[in-house]
Amino acid sequence: MMTIRIWAITLLWTLAGTEVPGAEIPEGPGLGRPAPAAYIAAWDTDVMADGAGLPPGAGTAEAGTRIYAQQCLSCHGEDGLGDSGDQLAGAQHKLTDEWPEKTIGTFWPYAPTLFDFIRRSMPMRTPGSLGDDDTYAVTAYLLYLNGIIGFKDEMNAVSLPKVRMPNRDGFIDARELP
Amino acid sequence: MARGDNRDKQLSAPTEFAAGNGLLDRRLFLQGGMAIGSAMLLSGTDAAAAGETAIDPRPKWMREPGAEFRPYGFPSLHEDEVVRFASPNRVMRNNGASWTPLHLLEGTITPNGLHFERHHNGVPSLDPEQHRLLIHGLVARPLEFFMSDLLRYPLRSQICFLECGGNSNAGWNRIPSTAEAGYFHGLASCSEWTGVPLATLLHEAQPGEGVRWLIAEGADAFAMHVSIPLEKAMGDAMLALYQNGERLRPENGYPLRLILPGWEGVLNVKWLRRLELSDRPAMARNETARYTELLPSGKARIFSFVMEAKSLITSPSSGMVLRQRPGLYQITGLAWSGRGRIRQVDVSADSGKTWAPAELQEPVLPKSFTRFRIPWRWSGAPAVLKSRAVDETGYVQPERKVLLAERGRHGFYHYNAIVNWAVDEQGSVSHVYDDDDQDLGDHPPVDAGWD
Ligand code: HEC
Repeated sequence: MMTIRIWAITLLWTLAGTEVPGAEIPEGPGLGRPAPAAYIAAWDTDVMADGAGLPPGAGTAEAGTRIYAQQCLSCHGEDGLGDSGDQLAGAQHKLTDEWPEKTIGTFWPYAPTLFDFIRRSMPMRTPGSLGDDDTYAVTAYLLYLNGIIGFKDEMNAVSLPKVRMPNRDGFIDARELP
Repeated sequence: MARGDNRDKQLSAPTEFAAGNGLLDRRLFLQGGMAIGSAMLLSGTDAAAAGETAIDPRPKWMREPGAEFRPYGFPSLHEDEVVRFASPNRVMRNNGASWTPLHLLEGTITPNGLHFERHHNGVPSLDPEQHRLLIHGLVARPLEFFMSDLLRYPLRSQICFLECGGNSNAGWNRIPSTAEAGYFHGLASCSEWTGVPLATLLHEAQPGEGVRWLIAEGADAFAMHVSIPLEKAMGDAMLALYQNGERLRPENGYPLRLILPGWEGVLNVKWLRRLELSDRPAMARNETARYTELLPSGKARIFSFVMEAKSLITSPSSGMVLRQRPGLYQITGLAWSGRGRIRQVDVSADSGKTWAPAELQEPVLPKSFTRFRIPWRWSGAPAVLKSRAVDETGYVQPERKVLLAERGRHGFYHYNAIVNWAVDEQGSVSHVYDDDDQDLGDHPPVDAGWD
């Protein structure tokens, strides 16, 4: 059994293309139960940076204006300029300025991340309450406020991943720095 | 015997100076018989210093029965100032952080009720019977575990620190923070965590080809989610069920928390409910828009997982007074490194001109708080105290000006510069920057928050 286990781990690590650190994985009693597919689908609502996981549905900034005013403005302020919640738009300063402003427009690298975050975490008092159309709409509204898309541009599972964020190439992997 | 009685005796004891401005050999205390002055918060009272009171042969508490048993103990009522300092969002009171009072604690293990907190939308009151962990994604066998399942696995314990990536970020400010040491650097705590090695469960789910990342998600109102490289998950990562011997505190992720020793706090997902094996990271909001460090070039560091070596003197520290002035004091503090063990901590009493090695309290554990101590004879003249950690990789904790030169002023996270405490002629301690590290411009101070 021991040999089989170590062999399996080595295989796994070879597949992952990485060295085995320590190589000693304690064996468990194997009490995991098969997870039903329906349950995985219900819990896994991740939207990846490339848009994988985006649901059906659509929305425009035009439709998002009202949702923002009703559900977000109290914390994020008029035009997303910030209040008790983060500033989301309207940056006057670039990232290289003396007082940089990090907003969706100046800092966020991927548009689908915005959909993911709003759907999972906002609005703060009733997280998870926005439907997919409303999430697309308010996402569109925030992209519009940041001058990235037009007022009537429809955001959906196809168009949102195509939105090129201004700071798309703004990140360097710290693990590759000296 | 009143503490002052033997003060002169110990002051005249022959001693060897280990570095400038009164730093003594670190082993001096081990020789025994030394009485030392105490540094206390300004609000503290010292009966010995207040003068003799009438001698009571049998104080009140010896003339009546003491308190009865309690099912769960809590600290002495006299220690009610030893508390976390919380800074919640002004509207969303469940969003914010609370700091461990490092300056009021000794040893290296943080009491569970004082562990720092960073919650993005409060502490969920979840039902442990219903809570489950799902492992899915690129695996041959997607699995679910109830907590009662996980409790039946062979458990392991590991002592390690946890530190928020935003810890100490007031250090970026142009004006030195006036907060006490713990309320400045206390988004860091150290505990013994007990749980199931993550590799055991991943192995059971049989990861498929091409897996590089794990996407972890918490069961809180924020549904916190972040990505973790597979190497760490297969290394020393743990699914913690216990904290310092008891089940996790709600604010620390009850009933299940991911522990990634030495790595940025946010990755140690609390209330863990889901682990998805993936060929790529999620690029979630909390690994792109937040928890990345903007550099002067306008680019930002991403995936800056490891918490670099840091140290600070916890006593004497900001807001304290040296009461037995001048005299012999014990300088004590904490050092830690996300890369492994602390190899050495040097202390300076002359603003960094000369340094002497402090005594490290055994055992020195990897990725854990390490307590250091060194005796110091304060002459009564102004002094600037510093500590500098070196870890087992040879990494040396940088001076603030070096950190600023490398990372600019707007990195927000991963501030680990050397901390200066200035002692004035009255014995009052405050936080200062070096003379050659002053910003004389009329800029507003950086208003660093906590996320
Ligand atoms: C009750 C106050 C409140 C409301 C209402 C609210 N938010 Fe937020 N929002 C916050 C706070 C506080 C944060 C910071 C969260 C943290 O600490 O991580 C935040 C963060 C965000 C962020 C991330 C900003 C960044 O740069 O990282 C986005 C985007 C956002 N909110 C969008 C929305 C949208 C869209 C709505 C309406 C549907 C909304 N919020 C409603 C309080 C609120």
